[in-house]
Amino acid sequence: MKHSSFIWFVLPSVVLMILFIALPIVSVVMQSLYTEHEQVIVTVENCGPFGCVEAQSVDQEATQALRDAQPLGKFAGTSVYRDRNHLAVDEVAAAWEASGSYREFWGTLMNLPFYGAMAFTLTYTAIVTPMTIILGFFVAIAVNSVARSLRGPTIFFSLLPMIVTPLVGALILFWMVDARGILGTALQWLANDPSLSVKASTPLMWIMLMFYGTWSSIPFAFIVYYAGLQTVNTDTLEAAMIDGASRWERIRYVIVPHLAPLTTFIALIQLMDNFRVFEPIISFQAQAHARSLSIAIFTDLGGETRLLSSAAATSVLTIVFVAILLMPVLVRTWREFDTK
Amino acid sequence: MSTATRRPMTVQLLATSFLVIWLILAAFPFLWTLWGSFKVEGDFFSKADWANSLYGTLTRIETGGSFTGDGYYGAWIQEEFWRAAFNTLIVCVCVVTISLTCGTLAGYALSRSPYRYAFWLLLFALIFRATPPLILVSGYLLPFFEWNLWGHLSTTIIVLVAINQPFTLWMLHAFFKNIPKDLDESAMVDGCTRFQAFRHVIIPVMWPGVITTGLFSFLLAYNDFAVTSMLLSKENQTMVPKLNSFLGTTQTKGNVMFAVAAVVSITAPLFVMIMFFQRQIVSGLTAGAVKG
Repeated sequence: MKHSSFIWFVLPSVVLMILFIALPIVSVVMQSLYTEHEQVIVTVENCGPFGCVEAQSVDQEATQALRDAQPLGKFAGTSVYRDRNHLAVDEVAAAWEASGSYREFWGTLMNLPFYGAMAFTLTYTAIVTPMTIILGFFVAIAVNSVARSLRGPTIFFSLLPMIVTPLVGALILFWMVDARGILGTALQWLANDPSLSVKASTPLMWIMLMFYGTWSSIPFAFIVYYAGLQTVNTDTLEAAMIDGASRWERIRYVIVPHLAPLTTFIALIQLMDNFRVFEPIISFQAQAHARSLSIAIFTDLGGETRLLSSAAATSVLTIVFVAILLMPVLVRTWREFDTK
Repeated sequence: MSTATRRPMTVQLLATSFLVIWLILAAFPFLWTLWGSFKVEGDFFSKADWANSLYGTLTRIETGGSFTGDGYYGAWIQEEFWRAAFNTLIVCVCVVTISLTCGTLAGYALSRSPYRYAFWLLLFALIFRATPPLILVSGYLLPFFEWNLWGHLSTTIIVLVAINQPFTLWMLHAFFKNIPKDLDESAMVDGCTRFQAFRHVIIPVMWPGVITTGLFSFLLAYNDFAVTSMLLSKENQTMVPKLNSFLGTTQTKGNVMFAVAAVVSITAPLFVMIMFFQRQIVSGLTAGAVKG
């Protein structure tokens, strides 16, 4: 394809991506280096019959004028990154000095907002991704073994948890595990503890969130594996059987290697999606128990005073982590293209 | 299936029971909520006896019938959920149309260009696909406030189209790669320009891939919460942020049932969609994967 026609073809799409993806990222990086203006305080002397009193008040007009003149705020360098809500350099250093054991240090670290969010996001990603892959694989094997006529309805119901809006899917589960809902009651009965409430307990909340995460992404892994299973070479399978491979050995040495490239694909997509975990925490109203990086940004942006700089700094840190996460894939894609 | 590959009873039993458990896990929550949405709050969240939600004991006492549409009435009429539904319709139709128009053009060009910059474009699209939308939202807010763009449906539509582009590009790129090059090249040998070749030769054969991609664009716009909740003003809200605002005011009695009714209303169109387009959704999910 000629260069000129290529440009015309990709132009609308590229312009959109530059304007609404690339530039916002630049703007976020810029914003994270600035901080909101402080209010302009004026000191007024009020003189009455009992002498003069100095009172301080906010000069609304001057504050507004300053904010209008420099909407980004005042330049702050990396101070937003180093404050308590982000990397908390000073607090970490102090905790390192003060704590006697790693355990104690870890406890202090987890109480800092950014590290707490980081810990949840990473734990969530590290547990949900492999669980999805393993369970999705078994569902695919199981669906592959039922009669052909039943596969359509089976796939239909299996798709539901993934296709349904994340906020809605999580909400449905949340209502069921409510202390007055059917699953909540069942849990209380199982644990023999009528006061058991998932809402009130941090570990149970984490488990619930990860359960939701796995539940909602199994269909994706399942569908990809199921499609892969349709293309397994039956000759190889039969040859393995003639050579005396057991059922398990056939899965282990023929089917699993055949599906290995698909696993990379699923893992990549799942890593990206799990790292941005957001909606279930809103639905489960779990902000008190579990905060992810996305939630940290959301609460900064959503409050009465929009903390744009704080949100921007968290965003930049998230981008850095996404980049680290993606690095192996990018390098691989690059190499593949080079060898072509 | 030949006799040699028939499974022993235990394995078959294990696989079947695993599958049944999964199907219950996948489908039961939806059926339960659908059933419960026609009850009153005292039954949906039943403190006394879980079976109440099955038989609707309190519903019968409070309303006289075993089923009640109060939740739906409250949500759709009283809280004006219809407005949100209408907004969702506008957003989805526009997002799907615009992102497919831009996406097919660019996807086609990417699949036909042998040069390195095409690859770079795809690589950047992959990075953009991995960026959480909330990060972008925090970049939009300040400029949108400054230029008075915040709160309008049209702004949200454009933003959703842009966020959707990377995925659309990858998917259509993979799809166009499978359409033989000879097709449009022979048209160009016959004197067509590149665009004419695209219009007369490629467009007629591209619909299966475009429909599949369109379904996923639709899902993205329909399911989005991060962008719509931050960028839309209250009167322009689509269904998902509207549902979230119901949750904010759940403390008063009856409002929970509004939210339940809203949840069922949001899920219903998706049910219908999967029913009709199951094959396309499955092929779309596997398109990127199976080809490597």
